[in-house]
Parts: sequence; C-alpha cells; structure tokens
Amino acid sequence: MVSLKINGQIVNVPEETTILEAARMLEIEIPTFCHDPRLKPHGTCRICVVEVEKARSLQTACSTPVFEGMNVWTESDLVVEARKEIINLLLSNHPLDCLTCDKSGNCTLQYLCQKYNITGSTYVGERSTYEIDVSNPFYSVDLNKCILCRKCVLVCSELQCTDAIGLVERGFASHVTPPFEKNIEESTCVSCGNCVAVCPTGALVPKRKEKFSYGELKTVQTTCPYCGVGCQMELMVKGNKVVEIKPAFKVPNDGLLCVKGRFGYNFINHPDRLKNPLIKKNGVFEEATWDEAYQLIAEKIIETKEKFGSDALAGLSSARCTNEENYLMQKLFRAVVGTNNIDHCARLCHASTVAGLANTLGSGAMTNSIAEALLADVIFVTGSNTTETHPVIGAKIRQAIRKNGAKLIVAEPRRIDLANDADVFLQIKPGSNVALMNGLIKVILDEGLYDEEFVNSRTEDFNKLKEVIADFSVEQAAQICDVSVEDIKKAARIYAGGKRGAIYYAMGITQHSSGTEHVMSISNLALLCGNIGKEGAGVNPLRGQNNVQGACDVGALPNVYPGYQRVNDPVNQEKFEKAWGVKLSDNVGLTLSDILDQAVGIKLLYIMGENPMISDPDINHVQKTLENLDFLVVQDIFLTETAQFADVVLPAVSFAEKDGTFTNTERRVQLVRKAIEPKDNAKPDWVIIMEIMNRLGYLANYQHPQEIMEEIAQLTPQYGGINYYRISEEGLQWPCPNTEHPGTKYLHQKHFTRGKGLFMPISYREPAETPNAEYPLILTTGRILYQYHTRTMTGKEEGLNQKAPESYIEISPKTADALSINDGEMIRVASRRGNIITKAKVVDIVNDNVVFMPFHYAEGAANILTNKALDEHCKIPELKVCAVKIEKV
Amino acid sequence: MISLDELKALRDKSKAEISIREKGHLAGSNLDFYRSHVLVCAGTGCTSSESLEVRNGLKEELTRLNIDKEVKVVETGCFGFCSLGPILVVYPEGTFYCLVTPEDVKEIAEEHLLKGNIVTRLLYSEPGTDKKVSDFESIDFFSHQKRVALRNCGGINPEKVEEYIAHDGYFALAKVLKEMTQEQLIEELKKSGLRGRGGGGFPAGLKWQFAHKTPGDIKYVVCNADEGDPGAFMDRSVLEGDPHSIIEAMAIAGYAIGSEQGYIYIRAEYPIAVHRLEVAIGQAREFGLLGQNIFGTGFNFDLDIRLGAGAFVCGEETALLTSIEGHRGEPRPRPPFPAVEGLWRKPTLLNNVETYANVPAIILKGADWFASIGTEKSKGTKVFALAGKINNIGLIEVPMGTPLRTIIYDIGGGIPNGKKFKAAQTGGPSGGCIPAHLIDTEIDYDNLIALGSMMGSGGLIVMDETDCMVDIAKFFLEFTQEESCGKCSPCRIGTKRMLEILEKITKGKGTPDDITQLETLARTVKNSSLCGLGQTAPNPVLSTLKYFRDEYEAHINEKRCPAGVCQELLNFSIIAEKCKGCSVCAKVCPVGAISGVVKEPYVIDSEKCIKCGACMEKCKFGAIVKE
Repeated sequence: MVSLKINGQIVNVPEETTILEAARMLEIEIPTFCHDPRLKPHGTCRICVVEVEKARSLQTACSTPVFEGMNVWTESDLVVEARKEIINLLLSNHPLDCLTCDKSGNCTLQYLCQKYNITGSTYVGERSTYEIDVSNPFYSVDLNKCILCRKCVLVCSELQCTDAIGLVERGFASHVTPPFEKNIEESTCVSCGNCVAVCPTGALVPKRKEKFSYGELKTVQTTCPYCGVGCQMELMVKGNKVVEIKPAFKVPNDGLLCVKGRFGYNFINHPDRLKNPLIKKNGVFEEATWDEAYQLIAEKIIETKEKFGSDALAGLSSARCTNEENYLMQKLFRAVVGTNNIDHCARLCHASTVAGLANTLGSGAMTNSIAEALLADVIFVTGSNTTETHPVIGAKIRQAIRKNGAKLIVAEPRRIDLANDADVFLQIKPGSNVALMNGLIKVILDEGLYDEEFVNSRTEDFNKLKEVIADFSVEQAAQICDVSVEDIKKAARIYAGGKRGAIYYAMGITQHSSGTEHVMSISNLALLCGNIGKEGAGVNPLRGQNNVQGACDVGALPNVYPGYQRVNDPVNQEKFEKAWGVKLSDNVGLTLSDILDQAVGIKLLYIMGENPMISDPDINHVQKTLENLDFLVVQDIFLTETAQFADVVLPAVSFAEKDGTFTNTERRVQLVRKAIEPKDNAKPDWVIIMEIMNRLGYLANYQHPQEIMEEIAQLTPQYGGINYYRISEEGLQWPCPNTEHPGTKYLHQKHFTRGKGLFMPISYREPAETPNAEYPLILTTGRILYQYHTRTMTGKEEGLNQKAPESYIEISPKTADALSINDGEMIRVASRRGNIITKAKVVDIVNDNVVFMPFHYAEGAANILTNKALDEHCKIPELKVCAVKIEKV
Repeated sequence: MISLDELKALRDKSKAEISIREKGHLAGSNLDFYRSHVLVCAGTGCTSSESLEVRNGLKEELTRLNIDKEVKVVETGCFGFCSLGPILVVYPEGTFYCLVTPEDVKEIAEEHLLKGNIVTRLLYSEPGTDKKVSDFESIDFFSHQKRVALRNCGGINPEKVEEYIAHDGYFALAKVLKEMTQEQLIEELKKSGLRGRGGGGFPAGLKWQFAHKTPGDIKYVVCNADEGDPGAFMDRSVLEGDPHSIIEAMAIAGYAIGSEQGYIYIRAEYPIAVHRLEVAIGQAREFGLLGQNIFGTGFNFDLDIRLGAGAFVCGEETALLTSIEGHRGEPRPRPPFPAVEGLWRKPTLLNNVETYANVPAIILKGADWFASIGTEKSKGTKVFALAGKINNIGLIEVPMGTPLRTIIYDIGGGIPNGKKFKAAQTGGPSGGCIPAHLIDTEIDYDNLIALGSMMGSGGLIVMDETDCMVDIAKFFLEFTQEESCGKCSPCRIGTKRMLEILEKITKGKGTPDDITQLETLARTVKNSSLCGLGQTAPNPVLSTLKYFRDEYEAHINEKRCPAGVCQELLNFSIIAEKCKGCSVCAKVCPVGAISGVVKEPYVIDSEKCIKCGACMEKCKFGAIVKE
C-alpha cells in the first residue's frame, strides 16, 4: 500500500494505482476527456493535469502512478489555469452551437465550461471545417465538434477490434477518419456505436427519431433482448417511449454493444405492435377482450383434454421470454394441463449441446465465462461466425489476440471475418466437424501432445478413444474435411501447445443429424488437452437467444423439470408434485420437432414468443401441421408469420415493459427491468399465463416476477441462491446453490458435474443429405449481423433493413460463372422440399460446392429448403446441411 | 569470430598502415606503405559540393602522373568545417585544403603530390587577417576543440573496420566482456558523469542502471539517430565518419543491461549515414563483433536499422519507440519510462548517437579521465553545430563549460561583415536565446537551463543586429507547430495559436493583451503538453520575451520592427534630395507603387507598396530607405 495526500487528504491505495483512481476513491473530481478505464492511459487530452509536489511540470492524473509520500493538488491555481487554457484552446476550434446540439446536457466539454465558468474562446484563429458524415444509418459524424480525445479510435481498434477509423494528418490538421478519408458507410464499420458511446462531445451522435434533451430522460438499466451474450444496457426513456439505448459499463459487455442492441429498439414503440387480443372468426381476426380470449382458450383446453387426453396438447415456450415466464409456461403445461409436452426453440439450436455435454461432462452449458476469453492463449472457434452472431464475444476474442497475443484457430465452411485473424483457418466442408476433431485428436495422440496427468486423473474411457482413433488417419480427416493435412497438424499443435485453450462453438456444430456426436467430439478434444475445469479454457457453446439458457434451466424442456431434473425419475416427480400440489404426468413429453410433425397429431398448440414459420426446417411441413391443428394459440408482440395461423392471438409486451430475468450464455442470471408501461392492452407474458392458470382453476397469485423467482430458487438447485436483491448490481452465474454462494465462473473446477470427464469416441458419419447429380450443392444456413432470428424485432428498424434488406444466397465465383449467374441476379434455389427465389451474391468466401443463406427472411425463406432430418439423441434437425440446386429464373 | 589476440594483431597491422596520419610522423619513415595519404571528406556536406568528383579527379591525376602506388586517396567522414568544403587533407604534412573544386585537382596533384609544393591559394585564410594557414591543427577552428565523440571523424575511412580497429576500436567491448561485470561497467559509466547528449542531459549511467535492474528476458538497446533540430548534424557526422563507435557502444550497452538486440532508428534523409551503418554492421558481423558468442564470452548481440520518415517528434524517445513498433510516430505518457516498459513493452535502453559515441572512449581511458573534462555537473565535451551569422560555420567539439565567447570569437571567427553579436540560440526550436550581455556564460547543461534555454542536441545559431527576435521566435514556432504530431491538445492547438499571435504581432496587428495571452498560453503548453516537443515549444517565445521584450513592445505599440526584418512593418520612402529621377525603381516595382516624372524625385505609394525591397536594391544612389 502507498500513502499519499490529495488536496491535503491522506489516502492509502495499492501500488500501481494512478492519481486519478486514488482521487476517485476520495470522491475528488478530476475531469477527463480521453480517459477510459478499459484502455491503457494515453494522456491525450491533458485536461486531468494535476500539480504534484516537486514535479517539473503538471502531471496527468490518468497516467501517473502514485508513490509514497506524494503530495497532489487537483485544483491549484496552476492546474486551474492550465485546464481553463486547454478548454479555451479546444473551444477555439469548436462550434458553440450548444443550443441546438444533440449532445447538450450530456457533453463533457459543455460541463467543464460550466464548471470553470468559460463562455467562449479568447482566441481568434484558423478553424477546421469538415463536412458532416451522415452516411451511416444510425449515427452521424461531425468532426467540427471533435476534440481528438481518440477514445473512438481506440475503442474501435482495441476493444471492438474493427479498425474502421483511425487518425490521419498531423498537428492541427490531424483528424479521425475511415481509411482513405472515405465516409463511414464505405468503411469496415459494423455500426456497433461503441465509438458513439464514448464520445465526450457532439462529434459522434446517434441519429434521433424524435427530439429530446438528456435532462428530461429517465435511465433504466436492463439486459439486451437479442443474442445470448446478455449485454447490459441503459434504456433512455422519454415519457413512455424508449428514445435511445446506451451500453452499460458492466459485466459481461463492459461498455460494448452491437448494432442490434444499440440501435435496434424501434420495435418497442412500433405501430404494428399487437394492442388487443385477436380471435379468428371465419378466417378473419377480430379484436376481442381479454375475457373473451381467456374464455375461449380455457374452453378449448378443457375440451381437448377431455376428448383426447392431456398429451394431445402441447406448448412451445420461448427463449425470448424471461425465466419467470418460461417457468410459468412449463408449470401451466405440467401442473395444469397435465402433460410434459413443453419445449422451445433450444431444440433447434443447442439440444445437442445439452445432450452431448451432459453426457460427457455432466452439464450442458458454457463451461467458462465470457471475460475469460481474455485469459486464453489459444482460442478455437468452430461452427460460429462469432463476430456477427455474438458480436461482443467476437470482440473479446479479438482483444485476446491483439492484447495478449492469443493464437486463433478457425474451422468454418465460410471464410468468416474471424478467419482473417486466425493463425490457422480450416475451411471445412459443412458437417465434417467430427472428422476434423478426430484428425486433431489423432495428431495430438501420435505426437504425444496431450495432457497425460489430466487424462489419468480426471477422465475415463481414454482407451476407448485411442481404439477408435487408431483406425483413423489425418489424411482421411483432411480428405473428408477438404483441407490440408498440414493445416490439421498445425492446428493440433497450436491447440495442444496452449496452456489455456478455449473452444467456442455454435450452430455449425449443433445443427446436424449427428449434432450430439459433433458436440461430444469437441468435448473429447478438450478433455484430451486438459482444457476443462481451468480458467480461461473450456468448451463454450454460444447460446443464440437472450434467454435460451434460462428457458432450459427453468424446465421448458419435455424431459426435465426446472434444474434439469428428469421427469421420469420418481423422486423428482414427487418433489414437484408436492411443490405444485398436483399429480404430474409420468410420460416424457414431446420435443418441438415432434410437436410440429403433423404425423404426431397434436390437437391444441400454445406458442409463446416463437415463430416456427420462419425458424424451423421444412417450413411447408410446419405450415401443414399448423393448419391441421384443432386450435392454435399464439402469444407474441407482433402478428408474426406463425400468428397468422392462430385461432387466438394474445398481445404480450416487449422486454422494455416488464420485469424479470434472463440467463445469458455464460449462465449469468441478470435482471430485466421495466422501463415503460405496456402498450395499449398488451400484458406481460407472465401475467397472461398466470391468468390462464386461474381460468383453468389452478390458483396462481404472483404480484411480481420476483415471487416467481423465489419459487424457482426453491425448486432449482442451480438457482438456489439467486434472488433479485443479489443480482441487482451484476448478475450471478449458476450453479449458485445458496444465498451465501458467489456463483460459479467456470464449471468442473475440481471434479466434473458427473464425476469424471467421459471420452465418447465417435466415428464420422455423413450428413443425412449429401449432394447428388440433381442437387449438386451443399446449402448451409446461418445468421447475419444486421438481422435477428425471424426479424420480428430487427425487421422494424429501418437502418437494419437498409443494411440487410433481403434474402440472398452466397455463391462462389466459379459456381456462378458455370451457371452464368451474375452478382445481384434473382435466382431459384430448390431442394427436395421446396424452392424459393432469392438474390445471388457472388463472393469469394465460400467453396465452389457450398452455398450459404441467412435464414431470417420470410420472403425467400431458407427454411423452405432445409432438411428436418433429426439427431436421434436430441431431435435437433439438420439445419446446417442440405442438398440444393440453383438455376436462373 | 575474432579472438582478442587476433584483434590485437589486426590493430597493430592497421595502425602501421595509417600511422602516416599521426602527428610527428616522419615522411618516408615506413616504406612498406604509401608515402602520402590524401583524405577527402565524403560527408554529406562536402559530397553535396562535389567532393566525390574531386576524389575521382584526383585518382585519375594520380594514375596519369603514375604516382597512384605512392599516394593513397582515403574517403573519410566529416571534418566539421563544413562551410569550407570540399576539404582535402594531405598527410604526412597535414596540409588542409578547402573549397577545392574538381578544377583544382590537377594543380594539387602536380604541384603538391608530385613536386611537394603546397598550393597556397587553396589554404585556409584566417578571418580578419587573411593569413594563410597550412597546418590542419593550427587553424583556430580546430585548435580550440577537444574531440572525444568526434575522435575518429575525418581521420579514418568509415567503411573500413580495420581503420577503426587501428584506433583501438572494439577494445572497449573486449574489455567489458572479458574484464568487467555488468555492475562494474554501469558503475564506471556513472562515475564518468556522462549525461545524455540528446537534450535532456539525464545521467547515462543511471539510465543504464534502471534498464539493467528492470527484470525481463527480452530487453532492447536503441540508438536515437533521428536528429531533427534544424541545423544540427552532429549525429549524422558521427555515423558518417565513425559508425563502428556506435555499434561498439551499443554492444557494450547490450552487455550492461542484458540485451541481445539493438535497433538504430535513423532518418531516411541521411542516406550516407544509413549506407555506412549498413556497411559497418556487415563488417562487424563478418568479424564476429556482432552476432553469437562475441570474443568467445557467450555474449550475443545484434543490430538492425529502422528508418524514420522524418517526423521531428520521432526524436522523442517514446514516439521513436512507437514508430519502430510500426505505429504512427507519436509519444506516449511517461511513466512508464522506456527502461521499464519500452519497445514492445519490454525494458529498453535508449541513448542518442553522441552519447553512445563517448562510451568506448570512457571505457578505454577510464571514467576519471572523462570526468576530468568539463564542469562540476556536466562532464566531458559537447559537439555543437555552429550556424547563422558567424564566420566559421561547422561542427565543433569543446569541453563542457567553454565560454560562449570562446566558441563565437575564437573558434567561430566572430560575426561577419563587422556586425554586432546580438544573441545565440541553443537547443534549436526547443531552446532559447542567450543575449549578448551573457556572452561569457560557460556553456553546460545547468547554466543553459538557468538562462531559460537548454543544451538540446547542440545546435548553436548566432544572430546579429539585423535579426528580429520576434521573427526568430516565430520561425521556431512555425517549425514546432508544423511538427506537432497532434496527439495532445495543448501542443496541437496551443502551438498553432501561439504562432497565430506571433504572426499578428509581426504584421503590426498585435495588441498589448497579446503578450499576456502569449505568456499564459506558453505556460500552459509548457506545463501540460504530453512530450518534450510541446513542453519545450514555447521556450523560444518565453526566452525572447525575457530578454527582448522591448522588441515585442516596439512591434505592438509603435508598429515598428527595430531590426528592420518584419516586412509589413517596414515603410519604404524615397529621399527626394538623393533621387535623380532615373525611374529604375518604378520599373522594378512589381505592383506599380512608384511613380514620378523622369529627372524629378519619384514617390512611393505606401498603400500599394508590398515592401518587397526590390526598389531599394536597384537604386544606385541610396535614395530609398526603409524604416
């Protein structure tokens, strides 16, 4: 510890503390423009200068470490003179249009002028003049207001790692710009707005949809409703409207957001939001009262149950909704309807992870935390286009490479953006991951690179692995994956050579008819190199939706109650029967894949916040199923493609209009806070379900979601210590068994959830559908940065639609040439299940025999084409591989 | 890999070959070798005034006269007397020829080299007396100097490692590797009192000690050869004239701190220096003086060159390191100092060329010898680049503490054209001026700081009564403002605004408030800028305000430039009594401001006059005056 004096006050701080940090401990304000605790101090703006006894000149508080006996003055005459003079200089090259500036009231320069009583500059000299760049749909750049603090540049290059902007020229002429002085829209900018968030002046401001001043806004911290990263953000509310969103400087995003979270909020206040319940009469929706809608639903449920039995009813819960709502939804079906037929879209994304990792490790979740990416020395990304699908995790991976020199291996069918950062990029054939993993394992075994001690002490069935791998060669792996033997060897050596190797994967691994095997082969590789139960390492499935982790955790799955407690275990059944006060079904429920299979014959389906008419494979088949139902209830915030088929549509509210919790991909349970009142007659999903429960005669009386979480905590061992009070500051990561427990950063530390790590040797098998003469190309699908899932939310944001307006298919130049297809041409794509018209995008990032489509769009929907061949273990469909042909129209 | 014994043998052999250049060497005493050496300066200065053509011509003449086996032509680095180039020195006599043109070569060859007659017309004339001086070492410009850093410059062929070895080259490296521990070496350097010659004057030994003590597997030794002060060229001269001394010193530094890799950051505008360094590094590697296991001691060290693109700020150590790393050359905050976190965040020792040039001499002759030169707190010698209104322009090396008067009058030969000495600027754009009444100041680090100036890298610009001090301040501000990297706000905007105020004053638009504003601004820029560039940029303003405030006041209050420099304050008029009405002035006036009737006095319309002075130059009768 070091003792020093600041303005005469003594403070004791750890060594290496800066003057600025020490002063903040004493709540002494030192102004800053360029300081950002996430960046190494760069001493650019000089506004934080302080006087240090015996120092030759003034010192910047942000960069100067304290020393024993230091004597600091933060507002001495010399300091104040320097600060005033610096502001004077900045103002001499800054417009004084504060009266109309969007930043007014939130501008550091303006604040310091007030603080030091400065009304203008005393200098009359040359001023810089720049044209305002309004090319980006979300924010504008006015360099005339830039004070060159550089935070935008450093955030873009060191934190977001996009390098869209930099500095050019020198001295007075230096300024921030994209390369070659082009406009922002022509740069590599990904519109994350993280630069905008740190700009201290009006140089970078979000484009506003309506006028407001910062003084009249209310700020509410909440959790982002898009992907599974679970970014914390601040909703800025005027009246009953969200008018801006800012990143929160909290775990896990640390002040970063992506374009969707930052700018994709227009859906909240969109005029198309559902305002009242709708009942379909003679094929036409008519507005109804809640009472009418509830009455009809209750009658239909009772009627169907009596006629066909409970198992003729099914519910689809929602990875978009809160834990509390998912809990109530599965409780409605289990305890009130009396069936385990409850599932949700996790079936389509990580069912294979849940099954595979539960088998090998004992727990099917991301083993380590997001922040630990920065501790890894080797990162292996496969089956994930991380910078587009989980942008903030993508940024952290890049930070690990740039800041810490971590090595990166990427194995993907497309040369995704991250491939450019990779030490080894393996452009594998879609669906060949098992062969790749086995090839890597082969090299590591042959060269003796595995972690022998870990394998001996913490795993079982190593011999079985060796036996299976013995019959396999790296050459075979290379041939199946369509990559070189050398690259496989290089990747194996890099992965095995790391002290902390972290694997990140997503749908490219899971959405296969052999998805569970894919997952287990990854688990094999990690176990072999001792990369589990270690900080900065792990097997990290990236969950796709804001609360898909939580929906699984709280039991929106047909085979388990909350906390992954199997329904077919009598002990569990008894526990829940007791808790809920009813007899529960003995049968394991149907999966989403079965529920939406016409042949299974579900009569009544209740869908909460899902849109299978876009998201599920073989949409034509889904449509037939929905049309054949006796009764369909859809509860959503918009009249989605799926809701069109409903008999009753219930208007729910968005994340901004309710309280609750989401559990992010790193198992962190975080608060969702109500910022505005529900629109019109819409109601929070938990209220709707509770009211339906009551209609069906099951008494439910929760005043607030907090009470539901108390019930969850009692029944779910992993959530035992979680309550709203504890997670109000920063969420808690499960397992968190009791209220004393600090949560778990990484799993399997001393022993695996299942005891020992299990090797599950697997041999490669081909995807269910492979190309042939008629359908010669492999279609793989995925997400893109600017749209989210079925576009229910992102489709309502003009800027996002401008960035990514329509369905397209990526084709290699050679393939396009062979069919005389031009870039931008509308073409027909057909599979055995249907055909669509979409736009050709000729790119050099796919191989000649592979084409790629985003699945977001209803028009030219990729899922008309995809194959619903299921994984036998977990019933995940093979969305990632099917055979197609393309032709001119 | 060369052994110490082999090095000694090589030294003895090479020494014999070049002993002809030693003082007191008797002509014809060693018939194994050439009877005469003609040293031709091949530094940047002389080369640009055709010294290579002189050399080629000389060689042709020697062949023609058939004495090319008797007389050897040697290219050397800079002698220092750059205003007199091209320079030739003929040994064993030590005859100093200056301003030699290719046309003079024939005469030198035939008269001097063949017949032994000195060509008097090409000898140096003493300013004032015009006395011809033949002996190189008797010339005032040289005789008052003491050369340590420049010890080999002009004396050896820099592209021959053997000639460096003949002067005990690499024996200092051998000595430290074989006889000294790292601690002893650092102690010796501390005892010598050597301070950084790049400007700051930080004790070199202490810096070495910091870099030595910082733990780290990888450390770097860096040489700052990004000489940027306008008019300063001592580092270039050392690298052009004695590159091995820097290589040797950096290897010694590598041993001291535990580094195996060095970088020389040198501006690309120094192509000769870069070339000589490349040659020297190649030779050192060939002889095993760089590379693995040097002198069989297990010590490894190698060097690479990094070219700078010419930004002045890259002479600042952190900006230099940032530039080597491949980023925009911009400074970063200190602490952490480079000794703790330098190149690629590793502990790094960084000294400038002149500092390193002293090191081998200190090791060989001892710290006590070095400390015996100079003043109490500034030991050794300092190289200055003499320029401006002074007779002898060039590079000199004098003991620290030499009075300014000695430099200007004894070495520099005084002010030309009988003008009065007004002030001397030291430290280039970062320094300040020493006014005439302080001419007896003994020049060392601390005295200069006390006067509001600084040593800087050793630029010394002499000004006479025709120099306007406001204009001088403006000149330097133009430079620093242009060279500001733009990173920190006080320097980026502050130097711009200071310059704008000075421009306003020199245009006669200044107000009394401007001086107050300048002082406040200068103080802020000095106190709060990020790096040395900004922190010292106001010095020329502050020091001229300190010593020549009256000139500022004259510009502001009387709209008058006392030195008659600031154009817009000048007023040209025709003295009617002297004007013959010849009309020449009216004809040369580019803006038609002069009118009149032939044979009657002409008049200048001051509204139209652009103060170019063309009329005054053309008037044969002295009828036009400016005031």
